[in-house]
Amino acid sequence: MNLLAQAAPAGQGLLNWADFGYLIGAVCFILALKLMNSPITARKGNWISAVGMVIALGVTFIYPTLTGDPLILGLKPLNMALMLGAFFVGIVGGAWPGRKIAMTNMPQMVALLNGLGGGSVALVSLYEFVDASNRGETPPAVQAIATVLSVIIGTMSFSGSLIAFGKLQELLPGRPFLFKGQKAVNAIIALAIVVLAVVILVGGQGANVLLFSILIVCAFALGILGVIPIGGADMPVVISLLNSFTGVSAGFAGFVLMNTALLIGGGLVGASGLILTLLMCTAMNRTLANVLFAGVGVVVASSGPSAFAGRTPKSYSPEDVGILLANAEKVVIVPGYGMAVAQAQHQVKEMADKLASMGIDVKYAVHPVAGRMPGHMNVLLAEADVPYEQLYELEDINPLFPETDVVLVLGANDVVNPAARYDKSSPIYGMPILDVDKAKTVVVSKRGMGVGFAGVDNELFVYDNTVMCFGSAKATVQKVTQALEKY
Amino acid sequence: MNDTLLLILVVTIFILAIFVGLEVIAKVPATLHTPLMSATNAIHGVIVVGGFLILARAEALPMYIIGTLAVLFGTLNVVGGYVVTDRMLEMFKTKKRSITK
Repeated sequence: MNLLAQAAPAGQGLLNWADFGYLIGAVCFILALKLMNSPITARKGNWISAVGMVIALGVTFIYPTLTGDPLILGLKPLNMALMLGAFFVGIVGGAWPGRKIAMTNMPQMVALLNGLGGGSVALVSLYEFVDASNRGETPPAVQAIATVLSVIIGTMSFSGSLIAFGKLQELLPGRPFLFKGQKAVNAIIALAIVVLAVVILVGGQGANVLLFSILIVCAFALGILGVIPIGGADMPVVISLLNSFTGVSAGFAGFVLMNTALLIGGGLVGASGLILTLLMCTAMNRTLANVLFAGVGVVVASSGPSAFAGRTPKSYSPEDVGILLANAEKVVIVPGYGMAVAQAQHQVKEMADKLASMGIDVKYAVHPVAGRMPGHMNVLLAEADVPYEQLYELEDINPLFPETDVVLVLGANDVVNPAARYDKSSPIYGMPILDVDKAKTVVVSKRGMGVGFAGVDNELFVYDNTVMCFGSAKATVQKVTQALEKY
Repeated sequence: MNDTLLLILVVTIFILAIFVGLEVIAKVPATLHTPLMSATNAIHGVIVVGGFLILARAEALPMYIIGTLAVLFGTLNVVGGYVVTDRMLEMFKTKKRSITK
């Protein structure tokens, strides 16, 4: 018995002319990822990837059906209408918000899009399962396993990404959501998924659609429960991991449909997404397990007072900060998550321009994980037209801090916490930080004395050379700029 | 081609794709992590191909619904993914110009 006919009822099998088109598409994807290793060629790479996608989607219409005719010839009007309708709604619905959305909201947009991809994979596999079940067929083992795996992973990616989206969009609280016995509940659901999967696979003939639905519900729940205990600051890592999940599930869907485009596209993204996730963890000096299971970001009440050791921070008004800056020669701005949330990058640029016009040297220190995602801060500052040559990476700026007069920390916290250098008990110990405390004066603009995402107090705030300026980054920077107008 | 050979072929393609995926990302600078995540996000939207294939042979209402949603979700993923990535990378272009200034 031919696997092709068995597995793909519509006669969709490997090795036909459409597969040649998929090969071209796949080469485009690989080339694109390669070009994206450098900022100079990255944009071109993305376009090449898009061209590959158009080719892959296009040749699908000449994919042979059961009769051997290309898919497009056997298409019934209703199916054609639904296909094109959904496709065009998808184009408009994807392109319009994609163009409109603010740069600061990019991470949650990526989360949402990733979730939709995962949902699409799950739907394709669900269709195949129900279809086989309706026809009373038992697909070959490899396809049966691939169907179950892709539906589990795709569904988890779907629900998990929606939670990540909710957290970043602040529809849900960003803090880790923990409850008693959470890990036990997760373990039970995971076990239920394994049991259900085995029962469905062993059940074979006439495999139960009801059981399959329960499997989907369990995977959906596990996706939610897996992401809610993770803090908002770690969401980028989670999104990246879920991105890899969606890729893997799409690859499995490639086994289900015996389709090379899905096999290659899915395999590529599954692997590269995982590598990217690990790179992000390395940049934060954390392990993936620590990000996923540690619930970092829960406020640890006991660690609070000790870091401050009875000292109280000095508080300056924005006007005072203006005076401080006006008398400085060298200023370094450290933008952080708070600046990104307040969307203050344009105001910061304005202030920096004012300082520059006063003959003051201004640099920006960009920590690798500043903002909401690695590299996100560079994108935000570029949006505000901050010149590239003023941006300094961690290892380039750290030697310059001792000769800096004023460092202005805008809504950054953990990445400037000196405890990371020496306090082995601190959750952020070992994370590379910006040595802002070595500058003559440090101004920290923050909404309050609250802790950062790691949930630890920052002793920098009570250092002798540190002054605090409370308020949102945007308002503070605006007031400082006004104060500078007098000079 | 018999079943076993076909299976070997399919597994080969998948495994090689995984290795290429691992290799091609290795040395990317932190600045590009976010755009790269977004770019790979768009690529897994290739699941639209699967959506097309299933919707093409749908014959009953539930199947029409599943197929249509699969195509819709997948297309949103693809198009949104490319547009968002392009916007992020557009920013790098601005930077490049300011260097040459």
